[in-house]
Amino acid sequence: MKFVDEYRDPETANAILRAIADLARDLPHTKFMEVCGGHTHTIYRHGIEQVLPSNIEMVHGPGCPVCVLPMGRMDDAIGIAEQPDVTLATFGDMLRVPGSRGSLFEAKARGADIRMVYSPLDALKLAEKHPDRNVVFLAVGFETTAPSTALTILHAQRMGITNFSVFSNHVTVGPPIRAILDAPDVELSGFVGPGHVSTITGQAPYHFIAEEYRKPIVTAGFEPVDLLQGILMLTQQVVDGRHEVENQYTRVVNDGGNPMALALFDKVFVIRDTFEWRGLGFIEKSALGIHPDFAQWDAEVQFAVPGTRVADPKACQCGQVLRGVLKPWECKVFGTACTPEKPIGTCMVSPEGACAAYYTFGQHSSKRQAVS
Amino acid sequence: MPMCLAVPGRILEISSQHPPKGIVDLEGVRREVSLELVTSDESSPETILPADTPSAKVGDWVLVHVGFALSIVDEQEAQETLETLRKLGDMLDEEIAQVKASS
Repeated sequence: MKFVDEYRDPETANAILRAIADLARDLPHTKFMEVCGGHTHTIYRHGIEQVLPSNIEMVHGPGCPVCVLPMGRMDDAIGIAEQPDVTLATFGDMLRVPGSRGSLFEAKARGADIRMVYSPLDALKLAEKHPDRNVVFLAVGFETTAPSTALTILHAQRMGITNFSVFSNHVTVGPPIRAILDAPDVELSGFVGPGHVSTITGQAPYHFIAEEYRKPIVTAGFEPVDLLQGILMLTQQVVDGRHEVENQYTRVVNDGGNPMALALFDKVFVIRDTFEWRGLGFIEKSALGIHPDFAQWDAEVQFAVPGTRVADPKACQCGQVLRGVLKPWECKVFGTACTPEKPIGTCMVSPEGACAAYYTFGQHSSKRQAVS
Repeated sequence: MPMCLAVPGRILEISSQHPPKGIVDLEGVRREVSLELVTSDESSPETILPADTPSAKVGDWVLVHVGFALSIVDEQEAQETLETLRKLGDMLDEEIAQVKASS
């Protein structure tokens, strides 16, 4: 397929790998963090960790929106779903995310009306079709997904649909990167920037990484050749002693992002003072709530959302995995008590989660054998 | 499929102007996709795109995520990226040939 196959070409990938190996020959052990879970997925699916030079290590970051949702918010979502006359609609990934009283899937088995949708517009269609139901869309995602939620709310307003609301758990990518840079436990030499978030935001959210923390960041696409070229560009910056914001994914990312989507953020959302992230704790200004102008479509206004803080399960080390401190297979319950079929932590739920990606694709990695 | 991923698809038809949407071929599957984020529609009160922003048209490739086109894929930029990579491959082949010749 166009724009996919040519970026999966093994010969091109090999040429880039040789160039990385050439450049990295004299570097000390160097850690790059891929911020986005989509990149984590690409790394495991295509075995990229095993073909990089041994002194280049990829550390998996917090950019998996399903993984970073804390237990308390999941409990609130289930609480809303169990209200009378409520239909809760959300992306398929969310159904198995464990809260403290089970998952949405289990709530559905107990009788709650929970639907899986591909798009927030599908949730709005449900509301239009079932005027006797209160349809709540459980919204998750970074800046990539938030404009779609914003437009859906504008559609609801224009169409006069009042039995529809959004439980917003949208988060932004810059603040957790800062939190990771401020944490002392991982020494990173650079970042692979999230390509699809950048389609919306442009490169502006990353300038602090280069300017304040003097680290390079290269925004990259999601095919293996894209990601490898991004790693090559990062390695080149490290070798040159540069720390710049660069863009590998120029075919879809403009430096200024998508101006219409950015304007929608200002119109439909407000930045929350603080928001809890699984594994990272509370991070200031890191999430999007719904603007008071759209309170009619804000599930947090329409329903009781207690917002009780619930600690992560003790056995789960998802928090350390999300900060790049632990590799998935170093977690005590990985692949035994915690599997994609019966996940304990969120990192095992989403295909973007480091644990699930590693469980599915990385089982035979030589690195794992070396560790275990 | 990972939720955050977006996939390229080709616009087959534009079926509505307000709000703009169309049928996109996504890896062989025809799907209705909102084109609101890639359309500069001055007649719509919701449009905020600068006047010189190109609107998506039939035949364009767009990056699609949860039912919305997020951006138009720039074919020229895509070609340039591949061209850079091809040159990199050629350069390395030359180096390898030189090393082989000198040993």
